[in-house]
Amino acid sequence: MGTFYVTLKYTAVTLWSMFVIAPFLWALSTSFKDFNSVTSGATYIPWVDFEPTLEGWRVLLRSPAQGGVNIVEPYLNSIFVTSLASFLSILLGTLAAYALSRFTFKAGFVKNDDITFFFISQRIMPPVVLAIPFFIMLGKLGLLDTLLGLVMVYVVLLMPIAVWIMVDFFNKVPVEIDETALIDGCNPIQAFIKVVLPNSIPGMVVAGLFCMIFGWTDFFFAFILTFTEVQLLPVAIVSLNSSITPWWSLSAAALVSVAPLIVVAFIVERYLSKGNLSGALK
Amino acid sequence: MTLIASNLTTKGKEEFFLNDISFEMSPGKIYTIIGRTLSGKTTLLKTIAGLIAQDSGTLSFNGNNFDVIPVWKRQVAMVYQQFINYPHLNVFENIAFPLKQRKVDLAEIKNRVQQAIEQVGLEGFEGRKIQALSGGQQQRVALARSLVKNANILLLDEPLVNLDYKLREQLREEFKKIFSSKASEEAILIYSTTDPIEAMQLGGEVIVMDEGKILQQGSAKEIYENPATTKVAEITNDPAMNLVDGEISGKKITFNNEVILNLPKHFKDLPDGKYSFGIRASGVTIDKSGFPFQIELAEISGSETFLHLNNDQIHVVGLLDAVKNFDIGETVKVSFDIEKLYAFGSDGILMSSPYSGTK
Repeated sequence: MGTFYVTLKYTAVTLWSMFVIAPFLWALSTSFKDFNSVTSGATYIPWVDFEPTLEGWRVLLRSPAQGGVNIVEPYLNSIFVTSLASFLSILLGTLAAYALSRFTFKAGFVKNDDITFFFISQRIMPPVVLAIPFFIMLGKLGLLDTLLGLVMVYVVLLMPIAVWIMVDFFNKVPVEIDETALIDGCNPIQAFIKVVLPNSIPGMVVAGLFCMIFGWTDFFFAFILTFTEVQLLPVAIVSLNSSITPWWSLSAAALVSVAPLIVVAFIVERYLSKGNLSGALK
Repeated sequence: MTLIASNLTTKGKEEFFLNDISFEMSPGKIYTIIGRTLSGKTTLLKTIAGLIAQDSGTLSFNGNNFDVIPVWKRQVAMVYQQFINYPHLNVFENIAFPLKQRKVDLAEIKNRVQQAIEQVGLEGFEGRKIQALSGGQQQRVALARSLVKNANILLLDEPLVNLDYKLREQLREEFKKIFSSKASEEAILIYSTTDPIEAMQLGGEVIVMDEGKILQQGSAKEIYENPATTKVAEITNDPAMNLVDGEISGKKITFNNEVILNLPKHFKDLPDGKYSFGIRASGVTIDKSGFPFQIELAEISGSETFLHLNNDQIHVVGLLDAVKNFDIGETVKVSFDIEKLYAFGSDGILMSSPYSGTK
């Protein structure tokens, strides 16, 4: 029974891993193909099924004048916008969430839960509903087609995620920890910085990861709110498409675009696995 | 260095958390607050700590208005019933935290933390993470952190309630030793509990609370011997003191026309009339010459057996000083030790006790 269970478990894990890894392998294989290798039926193994070429990857570095789509600048733009917007969202979202978790707000019938819902409600509306107001506001501020404008829009879009995750996280942290810090000589700000914040890192990491994923993969607002001056990676990748779909370049671009998220996920994995406050309360 | 509370009142939407609380506490003493859950014990401790602001009334310490001093500037330490520590710090850093916050010299921090660690018996655990400790060890860390401050007021909010029985017994003994040395250092120790045995064992001054009010304050012995009201008698005894309605008539006590007892000497000055009679479980026992009662439940506790007995309208808990199995519904003869009887008036006020006679 034991051996059967272990075999079943490893089989399931292997099948699932293959299911997850297969698209990456497929994209990796395709990124080294050329037009003929892609259109001449299914081919899998380089040097055996097809002759590998770096053409798909070179297109990503060539300037448009040379028939390529230089993704270096959009790539750096995306890193800048996503990182700054995620950082600001976590910073502001954590402060808002702590206040919503610890203090009682009341304005007529509006209470803490309603305020939390107000934050989340920003994500309920379809993006297209928000696009026009954002467009008009950024236009009035002179921030259309700028990195700062995009950062501002992404903070609005990402902060609800941070608030939502962090309110739930803080609600699970016993208020007695804050009180103990006060009794031990911290003023409220010191208690937050020295005790609450260090113990909130797992929650902030989870929230940060979600913010980065949503920010990094957004195409819609990056497309609507930028024109010629600024371009983000998803828009640059789409611009690879022409009358012939260049599957080799698209595959290379897909791998390049997903790489930062994989790196971040590996870095924060240890925080994700201990995303609780065991030991604060037993 | 006296802590004085005058008419402290804190009100919720409908109920009082603290209802006109007044007391005076002196250093070098242990004050045990006993009360049921939601009686206002934690609210009172948090009010003293400065975590809750009272709606009215004043709190003063050492002649100064305590209310204007923020929590972080009060010389107060507190241990919660949950094992509250800082999970991101190890044992040493946890205990050193309040000293670092007060910018105490590093060499002195090391010295004082080591002393506190020895006091609570955590030698060798200094570098451990809090998560790697058992519940009892975590509570020792919390206690050490409260001791290391040398606070003027040490508040302990049911610190043993979440521990298993054995550990509770062990830590209670250790706490007593630590407290006696701490008390000699001129600190006011306030310990809250729901457990009457704990309150009596710790000795010192006992404050009985219910529904935000102080019902009685006195030494543990005084409260044991003369509970001021039926409520106090229930709260300060485990199991709660049996209370049976009856009357005194012609030198006899009658419970529900079925149990008739002779009038004990300490009741001789009580006029005939209706009373609520109190007797602890230890005063109710099985005796062949007693009155017939049916067994509703028999609970074996250590080397004793608590018997839940029923005789038509009389429900009492008796104590058998042995371990014995009984059948539910079995009829046994029960006697009442009249020398251990208390008499309370219709308003619940103590009229006569076996220790001090009729009031």
